[in-house]
Amino acid sequence: MTRPTVDLRPTTQPPLPRQRPITSFLTKPQVIALVAVLLVNWALFPGFFTITWQDGRFFGSLIDVLNRGAPVAILAIGMTMVIATKGVDLSVGAVMAISGATAATLVTNGIPAPTAVLAALATGLLCGLWNGILVTVLEIQPIIATLVLMVAGRGLAQLITEGTIVTFSDPLLIFIGTGSFLGLPMPVVIALVLMVLATLIVRRTALGLLIEAVGVNRSAARFAGLKAGTLLLIVYTFAGFCAAISGLIVAGDIRGADANNAGLWLELDAILAVVIGGTSLMGGRFSIPMAVLGAMIIQAMNTGILISGFSPEFNLVVKSAVIIVILVLQSPLSARLFRRLPGAPK
Amino acid sequence: MTEPKPVLEARGIVKIFGQHRALDTVDFTANAGEVHALLGENGAGKSTLIKILTGAYQPDGGELLLDGQPITLRDPLHGQTYGIGTVYQEVNLLPNRSVAENLFLGRQPTRFGMVDRKRIDAAAKDLLSRYGLDIDVRAELSEYSVAVQQIVAIARAVELSGKVLVLDEPTASLDRNEVQRLFDVVRGLKAKGLAIIFITHFLDQVFDLADRVTILRNGRKVASQPLNTLNTTDVVRMMLGKDVAFDHHPTALSGGPKGQVRVAFQNLSRKGLTPFDLSVHEGEVVGVAGLLGSGRTEVARLMFGVDGSDTGQITVDGQPVTIRNPAQAVAAGFGFCPEDRKLDGIFGDLSVRENIIIALQAKLGWFKALNREDQVELAGRYAEALDIRAADHDMPVKLLSGGNQQKVILARWLAIDPTFLILDEPTRGIDVGAHAEIVRTINRLREEGLALFVISSELDEVVAYSNRIVVMRDREMVAELDGDTIAPDAIVQAIAGTAKEARP
Amino acid sequence: MSVIKTLALGAGLAGLLLSAAYAEGLQGKVIGFSQIGSESGWRAAETSVTKAEAEARGIDLKFADAQQKQENQIKAIRGFIAQGVDAILVAPVVATGWEEVLTEAKEANIPVVLLDRGIEGPEDLYLTSVASDQVKEGRVAGEFLATTVGDKPCNIVELQGTVGSSPAINRKQGFEEAIAGKANLTITRSQTGDFTRSKGKEVMEGFIKAEDGGKNICAVYAHNDDMAVGAIQAIKDAGLKPGSDILVVSIDAVPDIFAAMVAGEANATVELTPNMAGPAFDALQAYWDAGTAPEKFIITESKLYTPADDPQGEYDRRKGLGY
Repeated sequence: MTRPTVDLRPTTQPPLPRQRPITSFLTKPQVIALVAVLLVNWALFPGFFTITWQDGRFFGSLIDVLNRGAPVAILAIGMTMVIATKGVDLSVGAVMAISGATAATLVTNGIPAPTAVLAALATGLLCGLWNGILVTVLEIQPIIATLVLMVAGRGLAQLITEGTIVTFSDPLLIFIGTGSFLGLPMPVVIALVLMVLATLIVRRTALGLLIEAVGVNRSAARFAGLKAGTLLLIVYTFAGFCAAISGLIVAGDIRGADANNAGLWLELDAILAVVIGGTSLMGGRFSIPMAVLGAMIIQAMNTGILISGFSPEFNLVVKSAVIIVILVLQSPLSARLFRRLPGAPK
Repeated sequence: MTEPKPVLEARGIVKIFGQHRALDTVDFTANAGEVHALLGENGAGKSTLIKILTGAYQPDGGELLLDGQPITLRDPLHGQTYGIGTVYQEVNLLPNRSVAENLFLGRQPTRFGMVDRKRIDAAAKDLLSRYGLDIDVRAELSEYSVAVQQIVAIARAVELSGKVLVLDEPTASLDRNEVQRLFDVVRGLKAKGLAIIFITHFLDQVFDLADRVTILRNGRKVASQPLNTLNTTDVVRMMLGKDVAFDHHPTALSGGPKGQVRVAFQNLSRKGLTPFDLSVHEGEVVGVAGLLGSGRTEVARLMFGVDGSDTGQITVDGQPVTIRNPAQAVAAGFGFCPEDRKLDGIFGDLSVRENIIIALQAKLGWFKALNREDQVELAGRYAEALDIRAADHDMPVKLLSGGNQQKVILARWLAIDPTFLILDEPTRGIDVGAHAEIVRTINRLREEGLALFVISSELDEVVAYSNRIVVMRDREMVAELDGDTIAPDAIVQAIAGTAKEARP
Repeated sequence: MSVIKTLALGAGLAGLLLSAAYAEGLQGKVIGFSQIGSESGWRAAETSVTKAEAEARGIDLKFADAQQKQENQIKAIRGFIAQGVDAILVAPVVATGWEEVLTEAKEANIPVVLLDRGIEGPEDLYLTSVASDQVKEGRVAGEFLATTVGDKPCNIVELQGTVGSSPAINRKQGFEEAIAGKANLTITRSQTGDFTRSKGKEVMEGFIKAEDGGKNICAVYAHNDDMAVGAIQAIKDAGLKPGSDILVVSIDAVPDIFAAMVAGEANATVELTPNMAGPAFDALQAYWDAGTAPEKFIITESKLYTPADDPQGEYDRRKGLGY
């Protein structure tokens, strides 16, 4: 049986002129911002770019930026996709606390570390799934749906740790937070691998496009035959998974699960990283590497403030001032100022 | 007829956006007691001119005169104070406030500093009765049909302004009866001496209502003259700069041999919709006629699984299929161009290319991604076939005109190589050129053997491409016209039967 | 299971702290306790010690957790008044807004004792307040460092608490007072570590990088033990020895700092006792027995602990308190 097709002449569309990737990357406002922040750090502290080899690993302020930025970068990887669907996940900070608490409590009770790690990741997946169900099945607005776990999750973590900081000396958990691979801190390695994998998965499969479609117009996505609900479930579950990894890193870093403070307010840093990375809170187009870059900009600022010797009262003021500058640089207004766009009225 | 008295005049209006001259020395005069139609294809400059006349834009050259005095309008609110009111296609009132509140918002009569509800309601009722509307003014505006909302919007605009009334595609979402009702209101206002500027895509409406017409093309005025000196062909020729031929003859469609049954719906129903049986054959267009709210769109949604059915079976090529959601419908080879393009159809921020391949991609699943080359090829092929005019297939689809957006959605479904295509008002609110294009495409798809189900309020149009016509009334399929019985008059009679006021 | 363990251990500690003479006096009294919540390990320890203290004295303690909300505390206090308790303990979450509800308690003739934090308002609204002297805590830490270093030059880096919080302000002030006279002691860097381990570690990492790999740092003073524990890890990661290459002094005396002392990685901590309730109960008993109003401000001891003070024993003793 032959299906009717439109009588169509194949056309030879000239291949679209693509911008040279390196040039277009280097002129992105995010890259310029990161370089600027790093240069300011260098001006404040001349040894900023010095990297030495010590105890089988790289050592230096730049490495610190990568290492300290990794947890937020990992959160941002998951958050990017959630935001691309026009959602938001406020619970990731709390999920970090739950994940760390789960792993720490299990190992201190004699459970083998690999099992504890898997259990922690599983709790992250469950937390994400829970958010996804609230958003898709119960159709609660994402900001409210995830607020539930943001509030309750920290309490849950406190229940698991019984309110104390559960310290451990398990080598595997500590390795996740402080170990190194090829001279790079483990958190950096994990963040890089996750970034590459996640980017490959969304861009080599159709997942990325379908996520963007759901974010741009959920109703149209349904009419076009997309399984929007399943996509949302996947995206929230993945965000929970990313949060669990971050939680393990943060716990391993201090060799303890601090249910009260682990991941506190990091959901906001992650959202900010995503926004700095150019993904709109209105959903749609997203870029995982750019969000990771956003996380690094935030961390470069934090590290810069630390080594600058400014009084801590200035921390938040400096940080918000820099963020405003970056966001203004990215705004349509400055885009108009930089290149003259032809006005396009109908 | 008395000498026309100019109320609002635009002289030598120029508007420049970037490099583009949107309006080039355009003159326009709105006379008291006249309906002046403004025509032009999308991009001709109609919207820009209207925005200048109402104060939303400032002209880069030329001047505006009101009653012979030059005026400068800062914004539409300022325009209102000069007596220039506007009613848009999308009613921009507050849907969740009462009709009365909408009428008097911002100037409520007060008593002791409190809003005097009783007085508002009485005044609103009185006001609307002058427009032939007898409704409960305390009910929320959104409870009424678009037509009623439109009349409320007109009433409000006339109350606030009272000199010039701009109607920007007010009939785009109305059915025939509603349009007539609106026109009655407009004629009443005209008799009172208002200058009315009327923008629409529907030429028959122009000839029905307008006294004078101004035609724009590519930012320039092509003609401005009394309508009684023109016929349809003249107007279309001036708009397009070429002759377009509508295929208005039912080309003995129904007489031809039918193909096999492609899709069959048996006893399909949902709460509030009478169960129906319908089969659509290979190479057949089943047209649907009926008033807004007669259940046309509901039938389409049911077929496509947008709403779940309570009873019934669906077979495709004789095989039973389950369709409980659109994804299953797409898997069965169905395509659906929804009525509300912007809300349910296009992905505004995604590119033309992505908008075309999205349904095929959804059908293929996440892991069989179409690579860029495939996408470019597919988009190029269908864009060419449907004559989608976009500078670049990587540009966001929201920048295209309504007609081109509609063609993009059509292309999206053709890309999945469909067995059955449902089109809900495919030509609504799009310009004449694209309109003709879509009608031609429907005919071509039928000739190529596709099964189509097409809903349209344009009877001439339905007659032009349908093999069979199903008439709906009160959420029920009441008649099926076939062969020689297909004619606009016959359909009107079928619809009329006991036709009541439709309310969606 | 572990709650019981906590209580048992808490009771044990209480037994050590109490003299038998008091054991009878408050038998059968009903006392309400409105706790802020359980936002930190210290808070949890305060709760468990308070419960243990009450049990040892035969007090019927009504416990209410306010989840960090003043309105919950006010509700709890009204509840206590309605139940006709003999006295009320409050750890106020904020300093203002207490006048109305405390006046109600006063009118009902129920004495109120503030724990741990003060309030703004007339002093006659409460019987007394039990709190530590945060300035003194900083001073004790500073004096320890001054004595330990002697006349050698010493660059100190400071890990502050949350910016603007009263413990951060006061502990900084006390420490600066103690080293003010010593020209060889200077604070070269000071940043906030938000009272948390991870921020303590991150900030210390930055300090070490900025101070020539830590070679220019002689000591770190942390406003709480958790930040010190984080700093210790940062020092070790940089290849230095905490406790000798860089001295570590902090405040609070939570179990983990004693574990660090056992390992030779911490030099001193100043105790912020979680036993605020003990002195409060003592004051109540004296008030009821003798009818004398106690002092308005009861200051708890700020005891210095060093590796010489049986850190292993201290660790074991505190471990079960919920820190």
